[in-house]
Amino acid sequence: MKRKLRPTTRKSFVTYAIVTAAFIFVEILVSSGSASNMFKGLLVPFCVYSIAAVSLNLTVGILGELSLGQAGFMCIGAYSSAIFSCAVKDTITSPWVRFPIAMLLGGLVAAVFGILIGIPVLRLRGDYLAIVTLAFGEIIKNVLAALFIGSDSKGLHFSLTSQGDLGLEPDGKMIINGALGISGTPKDSTFEIGFVVLMLTLIVLYNFINSRTGRAVMSIRDNRIAAESIGLNITKYKLITFGLTAFLGGVAGSLFSHNLAVLQASKFDYNLSILILVFVVLGGIGSIRGSVIAAVVLTYLPEVLRSINNYRMLIYSIVLIVMMIFTSNATIRGFFAANLAKLKGIVSKDKTAVKEGN
Amino acid sequence: MAMLEIKDLCVNYGMIKALKGISFEVNEGEVIALIGANGAGKTTTLHTLTGILPAKSGSVRFNGVELTKTPAHKIVKMGIAHVPEGRRIFQQLTVLDNLKLGAFTRNDKDGIAEDMEMVYKRFPRLAERKSQIAGTLSGGEQQMLAMGRALMSRPKIIVMDEPSMGLSPILVSEIFDIITSIRKDGTTVLLVEQNAKKALSISDRAYVLETGKITLSGKASDLINDEQVKKAYLGE
Repeated sequence: MKRKLRPTTRKSFVTYAIVTAAFIFVEILVSSGSASNMFKGLLVPFCVYSIAAVSLNLTVGILGELSLGQAGFMCIGAYSSAIFSCAVKDTITSPWVRFPIAMLLGGLVAAVFGILIGIPVLRLRGDYLAIVTLAFGEIIKNVLAALFIGSDSKGLHFSLTSQGDLGLEPDGKMIINGALGISGTPKDSTFEIGFVVLMLTLIVLYNFINSRTGRAVMSIRDNRIAAESIGLNITKYKLITFGLTAFLGGVAGSLFSHNLAVLQASKFDYNLSILILVFVVLGGIGSIRGSVIAAVVLTYLPEVLRSINNYRMLIYSIVLIVMMIFTSNATIRGFFAANLAKLKGIVSKDKTAVKEGN
Repeated sequence: MAMLEIKDLCVNYGMIKALKGISFEVNEGEVIALIGANGAGKTTTLHTLTGILPAKSGSVRFNGVELTKTPAHKIVKMGIAHVPEGRRIFQQLTVLDNLKLGAFTRNDKDGIAEDMEMVYKRFPRLAERKSQIAGTLSGGEQQMLAMGRALMSRPKIIVMDEPSMGLSPILVSEIFDIITSIRKDGTTVLLVEQNAKKALSISDRAYVLETGKITLSGKASDLINDEQVKKAYLGE
């Protein structure tokens, strides 16, 4: 009595299996000492970018709205969680307690910002979300880069001009040091934690997409008027989806900030937002598995090809254009689909042959 | 009291007056046709009463409740289903998902399953293509899916926008037979059509819309013989 899995469920389990296999493979590499330092340094970023990409795919692929501000949400998550961890690192010493709270907090703060932006913008039709999120990301980055916060026995001090303006007591300590950012965040991020968070993200996303809510969101993408005609509250479902994207973006940012000795807002610039969008587009819009693979490959490649790093953005744009041509051209797509089917046919024939051989 | 009562309804698109004060009513159990040429305001009328477009002035009352200030998603819950123009189905979802989404406002599992059976019985071709992606259906099947989806909300009244558009004559007849059978099962129908002859042949009463105003109304059997209608819409 074997219960047959639904195709959507099977798809999600294949993704879980791929990610888990990759995790185990990397763990073996690392423990056997055959991984380079450069590779080890990339392990947490793999998870960070994968989470950021799959969550952006929720808005771009499932909801069908363009967001150019994923770096902004990551930035908010990174800062709020880092401030939290710095503030409590003497009182809560166990990273197992501190870090999950910090990530949750980073996600929640990002989600609040996402919803605040979404309430006015998602009511509109058209590309307004792209424009507003683009501006939002830049504003967040620039405000945080100019922000000074310090604390001393008198409490918290804020300034938007310089460190001297804070008027800190001699015993005071800096929390955010303007463009120099936050230093002294505990290094709580590890590859293992990143893997767990990525798996949780994937489970949440697959369940969301295959739920009643997910169907509703996809129906809005497919046809707005029809979605309205069946009684969907369009704004509500758009907000839920965008809020979830912002939340997971914030979690990715938290993971990121706890991996760095110094956290600077300038890292979360427009290029990062576009980079994450590139992961989504290259991995296939709407394909969760594709986003993870694209994020990992495109984070790894530039590091391997250090020597041509100057041309990285150039190569990205060319690859992006080529992908666009490939995915929108019916003839080319048909060619690949046909050959893929043939390939699958050969593989399954082989399998049956093996079975018959038994 | 009429089930659906529209009074002095005005709708603007910016500066353009699309509806210049139209009034009509639909009684329970009737099939009402709204006919007129392109740009007369038929679709605008439907979109206003299903809440997709805001009204400038006037009122739309459904069983005595004012609808002009009610958001679209609440109107569906009250029992008005809308089959939008041009087979607006959810292209990338399966037939089954499309139908499930039709029942989005409902929570009664058994009732939904029952209605799903009813829809499959009415449209056997949808049952055959249950797990097919809706965008790959033929034009006629897509129209049937849009109608089936609307029926899944178990509406009191179903408003249809140009169900015959772009379909072959055989399919058009099939669609109109289905409309007649939907009515027979107790659902009121408000039908917007350019195919005036067919529409008049299956409806009880009809209104003729011309550039945002109702110019003629009466029994469908009378209008079909009306000289003016014949000339303008029936091509005789």
